[in-house]
Amino acid sequence: MSQKKYWQSFAEVNDPENFQKKAQDEFREELPFEDIDNKGLLDAKAPRRDFLKYLGFSTAAATLAASCKTPVRKAIPFANKPDNIIPGEAKYYATTYVQDGDVVPVLAKVRDGRPIKIEGNDMAAYTNGGTTARAQASVLDLYDTHRSRFPTRKVGDKYEESTYEFLDKTIGEALAGLGGKSIVLLSSSIVSPSTKDIIAKFPNLKHVQYDAVSYSGMLLANEASGFGRKLPSYNFGEAKVIVSLGADFLGSWLSPVEFAGGYSKGRKINEKNVEMSKHYQFESYLSTTGASADERFTHKPSETGTVALALLAALDGSVTAPSIADPKLKAGITKVAADLKANNGKALVVSGSNDINVQTIINAINNAVGAYGTTIDWSRPVNYRQGIDKDMADLVTEMEAGGVGALFIYGANPAYNYHDAPKFIAALAKVKVSVSFNERMDETTELCAYNLPTHHYLESWGDAEPKAGITSFIQPTIYPLFKTRPYQTSLLKWSGNNTDYDTYLKTYWAGILGSEDAYNKVLQDGIVEAPAIAATVAYNAGAVAGAASAVAAAKKGGKTEVILYQKTSIGTGTGATNPWLQELPDPISKATWDNYAMISMAKANELGVKLDMDYEYYPQKPVFEFAVGNNKVQLPVLVIPGMNPETVAIAVGYGRGEKLGKTAAKVGKNVYPFASFNGTTVDYFADVTITDTGAPKHKIAQTQIHNSYEDRKEVIRETTLATFKKNPNVIPDYRQKLVDDFAKKTSDFHKEATLYPDPATRHNEIKWGMTVDMNACYGCGACIVACHAENNVPVVGKSEVLRYHDMHWLRIDRYFVSGETPDDLKGVVFQPMMCQHCDNAPCENVCPVAATNHSTEGINQMAYNRCIGTRYCANNCPFKVRRFNWADYTGADSFGDNQDQQLVGKLDDVIFQMNDELTRMVLNPDVTVRSRGVMEKCSFCVQRTQAAKLKAKKENRMLADGDVKTACQQACAAGAIVFGNSYDKESHVSKVREENKQRGYYVLEQLHVLPNVTYLAKVRNTEEIIEDKHHSGEEKHEAIVPAAEKKEEATH
Amino acid sequence: MTGPKLGGVIDKEYYAGDMKKIYNWVYNVNNLVGSDPYYAALKKQYGSIMTQFEKNSLPEKDIDAIFSYVAQEVANNAKPKAPGESTETATSSSQNAVIFGVISLILAVIALILMQVNSNLKKMSDDAEGIMRPEPVPFYRNKVYIAMVAIVFFVVGGYYVTKGAIGLQRQTNYQPEQPIYYSHKVHAGINQINCLYCHGNAWESKHAAIPSVNVCMNCHKAINEYAKGPKLYKENGEEVNGTAEIQKLYDYAGFDPKNAAAWDPSKAKPIEWVKIHNLPDHVYFNHSQHVRAGKVQCQTCHGEITAMDEVKQFSELSMGWCVNCHRQTKVDFNYDDKKGNKFYSIYEKFHNDIKSGKMDSVTVKDIGGLECQKCHY
Repeated sequence: MSQKKYWQSFAEVNDPENFQKKAQDEFREELPFEDIDNKGLLDAKAPRRDFLKYLGFSTAAATLAASCKTPVRKAIPFANKPDNIIPGEAKYYATTYVQDGDVVPVLAKVRDGRPIKIEGNDMAAYTNGGTTARAQASVLDLYDTHRSRFPTRKVGDKYEESTYEFLDKTIGEALAGLGGKSIVLLSSSIVSPSTKDIIAKFPNLKHVQYDAVSYSGMLLANEASGFGRKLPSYNFGEAKVIVSLGADFLGSWLSPVEFAGGYSKGRKINEKNVEMSKHYQFESYLSTTGASADERFTHKPSETGTVALALLAALDGSVTAPSIADPKLKAGITKVAADLKANNGKALVVSGSNDINVQTIINAINNAVGAYGTTIDWSRPVNYRQGIDKDMADLVTEMEAGGVGALFIYGANPAYNYHDAPKFIAALAKVKVSVSFNERMDETTELCAYNLPTHHYLESWGDAEPKAGITSFIQPTIYPLFKTRPYQTSLLKWSGNNTDYDTYLKTYWAGILGSEDAYNKVLQDGIVEAPAIAATVAYNAGAVAGAASAVAAAKKGGKTEVILYQKTSIGTGTGATNPWLQELPDPISKATWDNYAMISMAKANELGVKLDMDYEYYPQKPVFEFAVGNNKVQLPVLVIPGMNPETVAIAVGYGRGEKLGKTAAKVGKNVYPFASFNGTTVDYFADVTITDTGAPKHKIAQTQIHNSYEDRKEVIRETTLATFKKNPNVIPDYRQKLVDDFAKKTSDFHKEATLYPDPATRHNEIKWGMTVDMNACYGCGACIVACHAENNVPVVGKSEVLRYHDMHWLRIDRYFVSGETPDDLKGVVFQPMMCQHCDNAPCENVCPVAATNHSTEGINQMAYNRCIGTRYCANNCPFKVRRFNWADYTGADSFGDNQDQQLVGKLDDVIFQMNDELTRMVLNPDVTVRSRGVMEKCSFCVQRTQAAKLKAKKENRMLADGDVKTACQQACAAGAIVFGNSYDKESHVSKVREENKQRGYYVLEQLHVLPNVTYLAKVRNTEEIIEDKHHSGEEKHEAIVPAAEKKEEATH
Repeated sequence: MTGPKLGGVIDKEYYAGDMKKIYNWVYNVNNLVGSDPYYAALKKQYGSIMTQFEKNSLPEKDIDAIFSYVAQEVANNAKPKAPGESTETATSSSQNAVIFGVISLILAVIALILMQVNSNLKKMSDDAEGIMRPEPVPFYRNKVYIAMVAIVFFVVGGYYVTKGAIGLQRQTNYQPEQPIYYSHKVHAGINQINCLYCHGNAWESKHAAIPSVNVCMNCHKAINEYAKGPKLYKENGEEVNGTAEIQKLYDYAGFDPKNAAAWDPSKAKPIEWVKIHNLPDHVYFNHSQHVRAGKVQCQTCHGEITAMDEVKQFSELSMGWCVNCHRQTKVDFNYDDKKGNKFYSIYEKFHNDIKSGKMDSVTVKDIGGLECQKCHY
């Protein structure tokens, strides 16, 4: 038996009394009574006459403002209305989100000619209709005010607007006069088969693919193992044992949208036959994937090879086991090896290392555990990443030597993310003709002689082949907003082919599919899947011995090491210009708008960072200087439990150039210079020295820390698989106490423990409900961004997040689960938290103007125009899900100067960027844009429930299950969220509730607020038996579940 | 006119009642114009030819339906019209209010006079009895009167201020001048064009939408003068030349009636109409919900549009007005006769209540039509 603690911040776990005290005094404000006491009212700060003056003035002002003349509004119909456009009705077009090799088949929701929302494409079997946070946010990139709006050429230091005719001519002439020097296309991984065709047909064009975060170690290792220079498909759903050596496959590694779906197949529990996959994670820092792992072991980044080698040695003894000092890690390897052996053919090992030798060992391990042909599928190799680091290094050398005459750049940004950017920049200066096709004036484009910006994907035609034989098509959803041109058209023109890319693509695919009609048909579905061709490749162990000795001989790392990682939101840096993504809290640190160094508790101790109230309560975090060789960066530190003691983790993608706009500028620091080239591949870790330079502290805007549950731990329920098997009722046990205390007569807590009439009588035949399976939530945040887009949730900027004014309707709470010491991290629980739509909602009772009340469909309604902003409801909400518009974030107020910086305090630039006429095109016209002084919260996507009901009425049919999907549900790649009519016994949501009685619970059920959202408790697959008792000393109860309990459950 | 009118076509010598020839014409008109002298002559006469239809987009039974409808209409028009009934009813309620007001005023004045008389008489009797009293203050300085007047003023003033404040931005009877004098009376009233012919969007979407220029031109390619209808007047009494207004449409469409064949619809410019019915941004209103699902007549909210030349706002479009209707309107409920909308089959409780006689009908209110988030989200 062991004990565990749930906690969100160090202060809470280290100094609970002080923390509670501070939390209770959070809004303390002294009333100005002392002024009145002695001096009389007239001398008080706000005397009576002043009060009357203000009253009179405000009445007069309101009258004046309100009596302004009603403006004349115009209604301008089409001149010729196209047949298939119905003003006011949304159309959905299948297209594909493609960004630097990442591919997500999506549907774009187009309202009156504007794409406003991205949804996953259900026709794509391999993603199962899931999306990622970045795919969800990509629609905002379309309306980015800082996109390049026209082609430019550089004259001196200035960029001059130019025309495509002129540039075609100039560049054409320049290419002709290169005198034998080479022409190179430098791009991120290209997944488009037609584009590859165009590149291949361009005479003498050398194509170099370069990935900001490279996978060339894997590509080369697979080649050495006999599979060719490719990456396979992984079936996480088939694996009973999943071992990851630093691969963040649920957050940033390769294709999380696909892996999250597969992985969740093994993680969702069937209560009749309690089984789940076992996930071991070896890593250096606490990654999103590590947070969901059943068992974690940490090591320094330079030891990845050693761990892999030790694992292989323990599996089949074909190599000599290296010595491992850390006993916990050593024991872990032995345990994992035994588990892998026991699950031969049902195991999968992946590694995030970019080292060819490490990956070769991993291949040997996978071969030993029978992964090939079962959990690793070579019949569908994936095209997500194709860059080889050596090619890029060679290109830079060639450029330096003056051998490159013309360089075309698409999707690559080496001036920012190359490990040796100064070298690339110097080499680029030696290239005569440098052309960038990038959409924005990024760090590399700034340096190029010409910029011919390409379309955003929502404006483009195109194709993408994420996996061999599976093609997802791109079709335009809006006429290009700016004078942009597909880069393929440029390539075609300069190679002497005068067709534009749109026509080329159509001819190309009509040729493959047989006819133009067939092409039009696949455009409608968006995806075409050719049958998989059985893999002809076989594993070849030839390279293992060499790799093993190379790993054994590898240089040992220094005392402290730094590892570079990608955030799920920002990625390699492409998300940095997107306000939604910048404001998306990191799954682990819950920080927005920054990068920082994540350090361990031991390191914090060593550096003198005290984890007391001050560290936790105030946003100022200590800043240290991190040095790798000559590269020095000053960054604030965040202490994270469960880190390897001697590893510092820093996210890449920050510290972007000023020309990318106000969102990206001045946010974080660039740490790509910390990466280094080892002669074959790029290493994303290094030895680091940390010095305290006495730099002033830096504020980090974290969310969640301010949402106090007043120490009510019943919000989350979590257990281990062993405990769950031993006592299947370990989760619902708590209900017995509720029955004992409040429902002695009928044993029905739901009905008896209240003065109110049974809420069931208030409802008609529809009652919307939701379940959230916490076993399938990995914290990625796609749902949060989807909610932003669907519900016009405003972006508030860093300064407002610092004041806890973040507006997210849906947040993902992160709880650390630890043993006695906080650093003994057992797991992390992610809990999506939104309005629970309580049947006995405490917010409704306290609203003085009845702006929030209950609908007969079980929705807790919020009428914005009725709200007068008392915030009583937010104070009375036990879940803290109501968000208040403290400032005019949207510019929706009728008073013009509500955004005046002098009057209302400083608002961040990004707020004004979001209010730009162009950016506002992303707003959903069916949802009110809220103004200042108004409370808002999750509405269960009421615009969608209403639209679905209307559609059913128009079609003269009953509402079917699945007609309504909330935005968060649609976005989730793991299917963690299910929504529907809970009165319909056949609906998905009712079935999930019925089938998961032993895991289902309501948050803070003892309050009897009767939420309409059920959570399925998190179960970690460990052998540990947990005694339910948390640190606040609440008495434990080990009740057996009586029959009455089951009856109670049935009423839901 | 693009072609000959359909009424009586079938009886012409060429067709002689043979529908097969009609089908042939519909599906093959492009070829027939070249080969058949009859059609060649028609082409010469009218300048343009009809759109050719595919069999799957316009099946034969639909063509039959069109012809039988036309035949029916021709027959109806031949009949003498039934004498129209006058539906004028006296609107007496507003007159009553005026009468009551006048009576109250007269009574108030009489009461005032009587009070004055009373006080004078009292003074005289006091004088006669020798009781010394202070000189009475005149009524305009009498604090009781002043207080009463102040209260009345406050109540009446408050009433009008409140009413005015509530009515701010409400524009009942708003009738702006439009870029083209378009008469709904002529189109929807006299010529009985169905509302949905032009505002078909109301059937599909939240917006009713003003028809695009090409929809106007469907008819106005042929109708280029206003001759037969009644004289048209603006609100200020100025007479309107209907033909000149049609010409305005042609200017937008870029259409020259003398050279109809050269018209290029893609060159048309949109017309900037003045929007009459404005709802605040925080209200969600869906036309198709009301027109299609709710089967509400357009006139319920837009008034007797068939009698309006230039449209004016008929309803208040206030929340009270919406809510009132939601309280009273009966839902197209799926009662036992199964004629209603099948969507409502899930409302088991109401079906049982109707069966047991507890309710006789279901209103919008009963199915949650008064809840905030039916219109505000």
